[in-house]
Amino acid sequence: MTAKVLRRVAIFVASVLVASIVVFLFMAVLPGDPAQVALGVNATPELLAKTRAEFGIDRPLVTQYFDWIGGVLHGDFGRSYVTRDTIGPQLLDRLGVTLWLVGAGMLVALVIAIPAGTFAAVKHRKASGAGVSGLSQIGVAIPAFLAGIILVQIFAVQLRWLPSGGWTPPDQDFGEFFRGLVLPALSLGLVQGAVLTRYVRSAVLDTLGQDYLRTARSKGLRPGQALVRHGLRNASVPVVTVLGLQLATLLIGAVVVERVFVLPGLGSMLLDAVASRDLLTVQGIVLVLVVGVLLVNFVVDVLYTVLDPRLRGS
Amino acid sequence: MRNLVIGGVLVGLVVLAALLSFVWTPFDPVKVDAAHRLLGFGGENLFGTDKFGRDLLSQLMVGARTTLYVGVVAVGIAAVIGTPLGILAGMSPRWLGEFVMRVNDVVLAFPALLLAIMFGAVFGADTLTAMVAIGIATIPSFARIARSGTLQVMSTEFVLAARAGGRSRLTIAVRHVLPNISGLLIVQASVSFAIAVLAEAALSFLGFGTRPPTPSWGRMLQESQELLTVQPRLALVPGVAIAIAVLGFNLLGDGLRDRLDPRLAAKV
Amino acid sequence: MTLSVTGLTVSSLVRDVSFEIAAGERVGLIGESGSGKSLTALSIMGLLPEELRASGSVRLNGRELLEASEKDLSRLRGDELAMVFQEPMTALNPAMRVGRQVTEPGRIHGRRQPAEELLDAVGLPGTARAYPHQLSGGQRQRVVLAMALANEPSLLICDEPTTALDVTVQAQILSLIKTSLPAESALLFITHDLAVVASVCERVLVMLAGEIVEAGSTREVLTQPKHEYTRKLLDASDLETRR
Repeated sequence: MTAKVLRRVAIFVASVLVASIVVFLFMAVLPGDPAQVALGVNATPELLAKTRAEFGIDRPLVTQYFDWIGGVLHGDFGRSYVTRDTIGPQLLDRLGVTLWLVGAGMLVALVIAIPAGTFAAVKHRKASGAGVSGLSQIGVAIPAFLAGIILVQIFAVQLRWLPSGGWTPPDQDFGEFFRGLVLPALSLGLVQGAVLTRYVRSAVLDTLGQDYLRTARSKGLRPGQALVRHGLRNASVPVVTVLGLQLATLLIGAVVVERVFVLPGLGSMLLDAVASRDLLTVQGIVLVLVVGVLLVNFVVDVLYTVLDPRLRGS
Repeated sequence: MRNLVIGGVLVGLVVLAALLSFVWTPFDPVKVDAAHRLLGFGGENLFGTDKFGRDLLSQLMVGARTTLYVGVVAVGIAAVIGTPLGILAGMSPRWLGEFVMRVNDVVLAFPALLLAIMFGAVFGADTLTAMVAIGIATIPSFARIARSGTLQVMSTEFVLAARAGGRSRLTIAVRHVLPNISGLLIVQASVSFAIAVLAEAALSFLGFGTRPPTPSWGRMLQESQELLTVQPRLALVPGVAIAIAVLGFNLLGDGLRDRLDPRLAAKV
Repeated sequence: MTLSVTGLTVSSLVRDVSFEIAAGERVGLIGESGSGKSLTALSIMGLLPEELRASGSVRLNGRELLEASEKDLSRLRGDELAMVFQEPMTALNPAMRVGRQVTEPGRIHGRRQPAEELLDAVGLPGTARAYPHQLSGGQRQRVVLAMALANEPSLLICDEPTTALDVTVQAQILSLIKTSLPAESALLFITHDLAVVASVCERVLVMLAGEIVEAGSTREVLTQPKHEYTRKLLDASDLETRR
């Protein structure tokens, strides 16, 4: 088991390394000169050269890469070519907003999917079960930003229960923070909840047909008890895999939802940076997002072996 | 069976609208007409007009073209690159297969949206960068499904017989593996198509997809935002169109899966 | 009478099946696959697949089971009424340690039994902390047997408990069933293997296409079969060559 986890750690570190090189090269081969972009078309050659030296982009690519990644490991993402501010602190700040959003979205998805998926599986022969399945099918087809637009229209514009956007930090006013988080989390979570419902349903359905569940009932457990005590852990193995993929989807989906709700998260920071061609910032944010996805995959892999004893090896 | 029919009808509707738009649309989809701004449902313009007086139905029909175009190219890229990679990973020695799958996992860490935004930042965003980005991001799905299918086929008796008979790897891959995993690939294509439609819509919504004036469902949604409070219709029309296309391709994928691979029936 | 089944019918798959088993009696139910043996067993347990309904009467120690509520049935299952299934590889929960699974019938019915003791009794000392995938098929079937016998049921149903096992392991499991079943417990042993019936059961029921076509003492049925189908079964079995 330890060997397996160590192997996963090695794969994770290698993947992060490769991904960081890809991100770096991608931005480095870019046509155009960041110094030129920063100074405008009328800059003198001397000033351009000076700015290039200041940005460090006159050095060999390998040096630039190690300089960059070395800084990132210490939380230093460099200085923006456009605003000349350090990128790290702002990035960390924005990441916090995105993580709140993703966490809340995931919570919404789970709260919907586990009961709905289990219900749809247990009642799969009944109209009610088929109805839940059908609803989830439609939910999957609605993009998160459309869900957001609809929710804003109903709860912010018509009913005026909740704000249509904006962000209040939780330590400033928790009530406002919560109210502001509800609609973004719902638009992100409803759709993922629908996706997840289908996986929970199939996992539970699969489990319901297993012999060991019948064994459990032959011991005197009632159907519900047998499912909870013997089924859920087994059903959770495939669901956890999907959950990992979903977290990655949520992380990226947050980019869009942040735009709908004007939230100061990583996504809106990324879009702003792209708009102002602030490439070092783009590079930093992309790295954080990609490493986030890899990290989630890594955790899922480890969790997998914890949940399923058969994968541990003897 | 029910999934297949409903999915087929919904997808057929989108394809039909797209094809029809080549020869006929009720109005010119990009013609600005200040006199007929923001007309509601049911008039001469069936779905009404937008803030520039452009006919929504006509935009929707031409937008279907964009949607299908992006989907076909993106899924095409993914299938053409991902399938051989997956078959290779499934047929080659264990270490090489593992290596291909690890590379696959790294690609998987660059979701379509992120990749498209990166491409947009470097090359300038348009339909092409969106398609290519979605395509690249979809490669891992194809590689994965092709590999697991290949592993199954490789352990069957007829492949063992063919190998014992001294057939080359390439022959086995083309004659035995590919036909036997084609069902899996078709299902994957349908499901990936649905994801591509969603991604294109999201990208156009963010301004990283199709550029104006070419109509696109995602951009119609984006343009609807400022007038949302007074004209929810502007968001509803493209929103429903997106949902229909995605639902259609998902159901089609489910239906095909039930049809082509009974073992997987009743699963997701 | 421990078990009396009267006119048991499950759609058209089991038709008008009647038999009785007294306390301490070991009865075999033979027939080819698809003849309705397993459905008969599941009807008694009340574990038929959702889409099937049983009619007729099944009485255990005088109590009607077919009309009993799920709650009442679950009180009997694992206590008065226990079952060993055919497929040991899938009958155990892969994610739960063997010890916990073996003591579960006791916990459910309010008895505390040390896992080691139950496992020792079936010849599996020191396996309580193992997961099912770490055991062989024969060992898993021992675990299933230990669970079934944990509360000394008055009726044990074994549904082809040795079919999925190697021949040498089969013999061990059979002798374990014979030796560890309490003397006053009734046994319904389902199999398609006449040799197994001959070694375990005193009485035998022959089932064909959902009906019992012949019943009698094992010796009678195996030496002087009345029904043509029984004769065919005998001809096809290796008992024939031994005779």
